[in-house]
Amino acid sequence: MNRTVYLDNNATTMVDPEVLDAMLPFLKEQYGNPSSMHDFGGDVARDVELARKQVADLLGADNDYEIVFTGGGTESDNFAILGTLAYFRDRRHIISSKVEHPAVLNLYRRLEREGYRASYVPVDRDGNLDMEFLKKSMDDDTAIVSIMHANNETGVIFPVEEIGALCRERSIPFHIDGVQAAGKIPIDVKKIQCDLYSISGHKFHAPKGMGVLYIRRGTRIRPLMYGGHQERGRRPGTENVPGIVATGKAAELALKNLPAEERVRALRDRLESGILARFSNVQLNGSKDARVPNTTNVGFEYIEGEAILLYLNEKGIAASSGSACSSGSLEPSHVLRAMGVPFTAAHGSIRFSLSRFTTEQEIDYTISVLPEIIDRLLEISPFWDSATKQCRPVNIQS
Amino acid sequence: MWDYTDKVKDLYKHPKNVGTIDNADAVGEVGSIVCGDALTLYLKIEDNIIKDAKFQTFGCGSAIASSSALTEMITGKTVDEAEKITNRDIVDYLGGLPEQKMHCSVMGREALEKALANWRGEEVASHEETEGEVICQCFGVTDPLIRKVIRENGLKTVEDVTNYTKAGGACGSCIHKIEDILTEELKRQPVAAGPEAKKGRLPLSNIKRMQLVEETISDVVRPILQKDGGNIELVDIDGRKVMVALRGACANCLVSDVTLKNLVQEKLREFVEDDIEVIEVR
Ligand SMILES: Cc1ncc(COP(=O)(O)O)c(C=O)c1O
Ligand code: FES
Repeated sequence: MNRTVYLDNNATTMVDPEVLDAMLPFLKEQYGNPSSMHDFGGDVARDVELARKQVADLLGADNDYEIVFTGGGTESDNFAILGTLAYFRDRRHIISSKVEHPAVLNLYRRLEREGYRASYVPVDRDGNLDMEFLKKSMDDDTAIVSIMHANNETGVIFPVEEIGALCRERSIPFHIDGVQAAGKIPIDVKKIQCDLYSISGHKFHAPKGMGVLYIRRGTRIRPLMYGGHQERGRRPGTENVPGIVATGKAAELALKNLPAEERVRALRDRLESGILARFSNVQLNGSKDARVPNTTNVGFEYIEGEAILLYLNEKGIAASSGSACSSGSLEPSHVLRAMGVPFTAAHGSIRFSLSRFTTEQEIDYTISVLPEIIDRLLEISPFWDSATKQCRPVNIQS
Repeated sequence: MWDYTDKVKDLYKHPKNVGTIDNADAVGEVGSIVCGDALTLYLKIEDNIIKDAKFQTFGCGSAIASSSALTEMITGKTVDEAEKITNRDIVDYLGGLPEQKMHCSVMGREALEKALANWRGEEVASHEETEGEVICQCFGVTDPLIRKVIRENGLKTVEDVTNYTKAGGACGSCIHKIEDILTEELKRQPVAAGPEAKKGRLPLSNIKRMQLVEETISDVVRPILQKDGGNIELVDIDGRKVMVALRGACANCLVSDVTLKNLVQEKLREFVEDDIEVIEVR
């Protein structure tokens, strides 16, 4: 195979050719400013509004004006949380989970330093939220609950409807980081009863640097930035028209292709069961049941994740790892550690994430080259005895 | 993606000397599966010469490459020669490593040290007993190791120390201790001569030696003596003999001959050359 087998779609996705076609005119002849008082800009404004409608449909929002375009998932997360806190100044308690993306977690850490009290809901071995903990943490002082819809590392889906109901009962603003859900599972913001919902274009085949924040009608929130009237003053600045048009088109295609996610699920399951059946030193990280269809996270024991990635890369396969080495930090993924995945497997965890462009041939190729890679690394490993095909006794304190 | 050199890539793709040695004369084990990298080094030693070296590692690409490089570098060397290899040498052999991966080279050097201690029959028990206080609990990094790596690589910041030893890279509760060690170590280094002074251990030219002696006396020794109201004058330098005169409070001090001469000599040996001799003139 000479083309890259791209199995890292939770990191970013390929721009769908249809999306590219849709945005190109706005980088060329249709360069008008949507705010201008002439047809040249006015026509463009209509395309921006069409994109808003396309995104509203993907999220199940009633009103187009509930959709605000931003500069990415990170910005949407920050806007949702900081904007809410700016409104509810007297509430000093914030809730999230232990397995959020850094776009939320690092913001919470910053807020803690500024004097906020933060509760982080733990997860069990399968990555499922401790709902009792969440319920007990909520109080009159709680300014916001921010929980992700699906986890980027394991694909585990959280019970957002249940959380939505709890928050609504207590009148606590509820934000969802839905970056890893968009395009993978159906989203219905009304049914969930959330106030805020963040997504990111490049995770569903739009270009990078485009995000969306859904703001339910009537939600109290202040903008992060001040400027012109664009996005109803909630996100001022001349619009990134090509990016917005692309995000709208990608949202339309994501909704249309949702049924095709079942094909992705079948491919993912094929890869997963192929791996689990072939190796004795491997375990699945994350619940098998409540998961987005495109993600599998497997932990190879006694070998190190970055080394696996480098060897996969040699074979033209792109994946990612929660190992310490590959991330540049010195600790394995906070998600796997929160789940209590033993160190023996956390350092050797590999995430494969598929997309609707993944082919059966690519999956079979991946299954076929893995044994060579894993066996080679086991042979190098001091914790594995290749002669007996067993692990050596290791002293593991965790 | 890390920016690995071609040499590193070549070595993690095709590592040399992977495996174990039956009846090895020396074995050195460092790291653990918890830390995320570990290395076991096996040596065959005959007549003080390392005849064969093999390794097994649990680690990333640069750990595999560093281990492979180490085994290639020491095979055929005498034990004394091998002992002189620093983590810097491993890095140089690899044509460089990304800063955040420097700890892989340190791990190689540590494994070698342990193996040679094992060969000499020294009992290598847990870190605490033989290697001093554990500064970083998360990665089990000791005070002497941190100091050694600071000196050998001329490290300046906590971030450097983390890159080279991993200490401080997890919970961060040891960072203030690392800062204290760094402050102490930076003070020890003569400012002008810098950490490079003794590096390489090439014989010094006369001029270079004189320069280093002068710098060490003015930057390191004199401030110590001045604290107690004393002073020192550099009278002459003849080869490795350094003639000094003690002044002020020192001059009348009866113990000067023993203590102060030793202090000056120790500092000069530390920063200039191992066989400097100090002679006191009055
Ligand atoms: C769950 C989650 N939230 C937020 C983000 C950040 O999105 P962006 O890269 O668009 O800023 C990501 C992307 O890595 C993500 O996976
Ligand atoms: S004790 Fe050093 S990082 Fe935790």
